[in-house]
Amino acid sequence: MWAGEATLDNPVCQITVQIKSKNGLHMRPAMQFVDLANQYNCEIAIGNGSELGDAKSIMHVIGLAAGPGTTLEIHAQGPGAEEAVGALRTFIERETFDPEPPKDAK
Amino acid sequence: MEIKKGIAVSPGVSIGKCLIIDSEDYRIPRRQIEPSQRMVEIQRARNAFGDAIDELSGLEQAQTQTGGGRIKDIFAVHLRLLRDRSLRRQVTDLIHGESVTAEYAVASVLRRFAARFAEAKDTYISERAADIYDIERRLLRHLLGDKREDLGRLREEVIVVARELSPTQTAGFNKAFVKGIASDAGGRTSHAAIVARSLGIPAVVALEDLTEIVRGGDAVIVDGNRGLVIVDPDAETVEQYEAYSREFIALEHKLDAIREKPAETRDGARITLLGNIEFPDEAEIVLAKGGEGIGLYRTEFLYLNRPTEPSEEEHYSAYAQTVHICHDRPVVIRTVDLGADKYTQRKRFAPEPNPFLGLRSIRFCLQNLAMFKTQLRAILRASVLGPVKVMFPLISGIQELMQAKMILHDVMEDLDEEGIAYNRDMEVGIMVETPSAALTASTLARDCDFFSIGTNDLTQYTLAVDRGNELVSTLYSPADPAVLRLVRTVIQDAYKAQIDLCVCGEMASEPEYIMVLLGLGVRTLSLSAPLIPEVKQIIRCVTLEDCNLLTRKVLGMNSERQISNYLRNAARKVLPEAF
Repeated sequence: MWAGEATLDNPVCQITVQIKSKNGLHMRPAMQFVDLANQYNCEIAIGNGSELGDAKSIMHVIGLAAGPGTTLEIHAQGPGAEEAVGALRTFIERETFDPEPPKDAK
Repeated sequence: MEIKKGIAVSPGVSIGKCLIIDSEDYRIPRRQIEPSQRMVEIQRARNAFGDAIDELSGLEQAQTQTGGGRIKDIFAVHLRLLRDRSLRRQVTDLIHGESVTAEYAVASVLRRFAARFAEAKDTYISERAADIYDIERRLLRHLLGDKREDLGRLREEVIVVARELSPTQTAGFNKAFVKGIASDAGGRTSHAAIVARSLGIPAVVALEDLTEIVRGGDAVIVDGNRGLVIVDPDAETVEQYEAYSREFIALEHKLDAIREKPAETRDGARITLLGNIEFPDEAEIVLAKGGEGIGLYRTEFLYLNRPTEPSEEEHYSAYAQTVHICHDRPVVIRTVDLGADKYTQRKRFAPEPNPFLGLRSIRFCLQNLAMFKTQLRAILRASVLGPVKVMFPLISGIQELMQAKMILHDVMEDLDEEGIAYNRDMEVGIMVETPSAALTASTLARDCDFFSIGTNDLTQYTLAVDRGNELVSTLYSPADPAVLRLVRTVIQDAYKAQIDLCVCGEMASEPEYIMVLLGLGVRTLSLSAPLIPEVKQIIRCVTLEDCNLLTRKVLGMNSERQISNYLRNAARKVLPEAF
């Protein structure tokens, strides 16, 4: 999945960010995050310490179960990588994510 | 090709494509495929994703129109998950890399995600596991071709394969398209088997792991004569079975030829053969097969597979239709026998720990008087149309019989007041199907017009064996000396009281028991329509003298196995084709 290896032609952009919001990266913010990542053509990976996975996959992003205070690692490689990483950092470091739909919505 | 052995419960042979249905979790076989099939499976998986997305988009739009905002959100989330490229890639990678079916790949990838979600400490995330399972089920439904709500709307012929079939599911079948039934669980007298027999659909049950072997759309042969199911038959087998099926139909025709002849023993004893039915239409089949009326109309099927209880008019029209089909022949209507494994719309939320010993049948009716009276009114109203009789099920003592009769009288009084016509002398009978009723038959006989021995429940209650539990179902046998002695008691008491007697359990339709029943003094049998010709053939081949002799011998035997073997050998000599 994420097999990006840094070469001179194709440098990896790498950052760590911490979730500041009091809610974690739940369904709705995760969807917004993935939408944002999908706006870029570069390959982007995200992980929380263990393995990295596709940042453009909603399944993977929710599966991170990233709660408040979680430190996330984001790698990007390819065209627009730097820009992508910057935008994603701004998103993750927001003070509050959009609220969840109400609990009884199920 | 794979051959599975089970229990044959409804005769006949069908060949067709299978449709897998399951009431709860899908159990997905890990089924290896040839590498050359991988592209086909990948395409199936893609189609399933596409179909699921279309279905969800439709649902989402419907919610938008009706303003169901929150539900719409959920569908939107599911749509997002289904469109996830990494999810789809993992599914196709698994099919490609390990040469497995689309079902297996979908189930294992989604279950892996669900497990990861479920582990999360954050409850909001862990609860999302349920969404993943929901998506898995939706995809599997598209892959396995199971749209359960569509079972009644089938448009092509199928063989239904299931882990276990509930009476409700079987009642909902579109009979024109269900050509065979095969299930993992069940026994000879499970309700799916009874329904299959009454509809004349070949069926095999107790196949243990059939649902793990077949895949929706596979070609399957159901051999309801030998108790075999053949998955993916080769050309030679199909040819053999087509020939065999023709032979079987020829035998059926031969049996049909005796339709017009009376059910009379060689020494001139006249036996009455009646039919057991669930639906009014089946009365026609009974008559076509040579039945002389309806000995058991199981009315609980009026209650199954519908959101509300049937109204008095619905009861009445079903009964009127049946009586109309039967002209002047008797129609015995049994009041609802619900509870245990069949439920009404008032299905209990707290399941009973021991439903067969719980609130079922007449007990249920006596606690739900409004419902019971609705049915009795309809039966009474139908009683002016022809020789209708009413029968109460599961009477376990005189008290219950008196209570039920009292309510019947209440309803009669109501009808009198309203000036509605009914037959004041309508016969009232009971099912004798508990050991307590059998042992007090002489008392019960004073207060009713006829007995009908329900051998299925009588056997199960006497031997304390759940007939649907495959772990003990081999212990279930009407040939057990305890059961035979009880049956004899009931018959003798009916004779002494000079009331009518009928046997309406499965025992009355199994070739090996016919002689012993005649020998015990039974002269009326009620059985499922397709089996009437065969039973008549046996009756026409024996003499009452032979039957009496056989019965005396058998009553002297102490072991079920000895009796069973003896009865089977005797019947085999009479009608070898039946075995």
